[in-house]
Amino acid sequence: MAEAFDGGRPIYAQLVERLQGRIIGGEYPPGSRLDSVRDLAGAAGVNPNTMQRALAELERRGLVYTERTAGRFVTSDTQRIEEVRRETLESEVRQFAAHMQAMGCPPGQLAQMFAALAQPSDQPAE
Amino acid sequence: MEEILTCRGLSKNYGAKAALQNVELHLSSGRIIGLLGPNGSGKTTLLKLANGLLQPSAGEILVAGHKPGPASKALVSYLPDARYLPDWMRVGDLVGMFTDFYADFNAAKAAEMLSALHLSAADRLKSLSKGNKEKVQLILAMSRTAQLYLLDEPIGGVDPAARDYILHTILNNYNENGTVVISTHLIGDIEPVLDEAVFLQEGRVLMYRAADEIRETEGKSVDAYFREVFKC
Repeated sequence: MAEAFDGGRPIYAQLVERLQGRIIGGEYPPGSRLDSVRDLAGAAGVNPNTMQRALAELERRGLVYTERTAGRFVTSDTQRIEEVRRETLESEVRQFAAHMQAMGCPPGQLAQMFAALAQPSDQPAE
Repeated sequence: MEEILTCRGLSKNYGAKAALQNVELHLSSGRIIGLLGPNGSGKTTLLKLANGLLQPSAGEILVAGHKPGPASKALVSYLPDARYLPDWMRVGDLVGMFTDFYADFNAAKAAEMLSALHLSAADRLKSLSKGNKEKVQLILAMSRTAQLYLLDEPIGGVDPAARDYILHTILNNYNENGTVVISTHLIGDIEPVLDEAVFLQEGRVLMYRAADEIRETEGKSVDAYFREVFKC
């Protein structure tokens, strides 16, 4: 039931990442209604105040909005979602590249490995 | 935010031994707070003082502004660290007794939790294992709609699967304006549900901070930080 969290970082920050991932990944489609804070908190096994804080951060980022009576929704602004999606993907790739570099794999070699991954002949894409 | 539990200069001595020394605490409503400390740091003493089971040696303790007494007890749901329910009673009788005793007791909620944990109303307390007795006690405590829940080691004796369910129960059942104080040394298990943590050391408040703030500034979990602070 409860999700696992990294020790050294605030839980709310990890919740922001996870919820944001579900929005940019399409699991929570644009314009869809989110569960209540209490239900989301229960599903993640976290304190409702912590979940509230994570949702407030997503609101600040323009990914969700609150309608006073109807609840909380994912933004319908698909451009904004795409923008955040791109930023997130780029940041993930940079982190990965830095990690590979630390293991002695320079960007050139990394690019080759990515190109090999993109070859359709080896294995069918997932 | 309203203050639900107040300690001012609170001290408690057992003979020559000081169990609590000059404790200042101001806990707000709507939070889940971990009362954390090694054995003998004063956790149980603090909770007993809040329930009027002990009298302060100095200073005062107030629940929503009331000294411990009938007015405070109507607001507080207390789970003691010891088993206190009569062994010969059946689970269903206990539910009936709590319904009679507490105006804010929700028997339907209790029944739902009992069935989720496979406890039958017909079971005599005597016939239950230690862990299952603890579950019954906790269910009774969480089935009240209290302003303040004081839970002394609520998960110590129960298995990890039931522990998850119990934490879930605590998260889902405390009312929005209620405050839950959980005393424990099993910090890892309860960490994700905590708003704030109070560290007690030898009867003094070592610190009182938001759990996420500890993680942010110390760069480690509350559990890891606890182990560092109280390293033997």
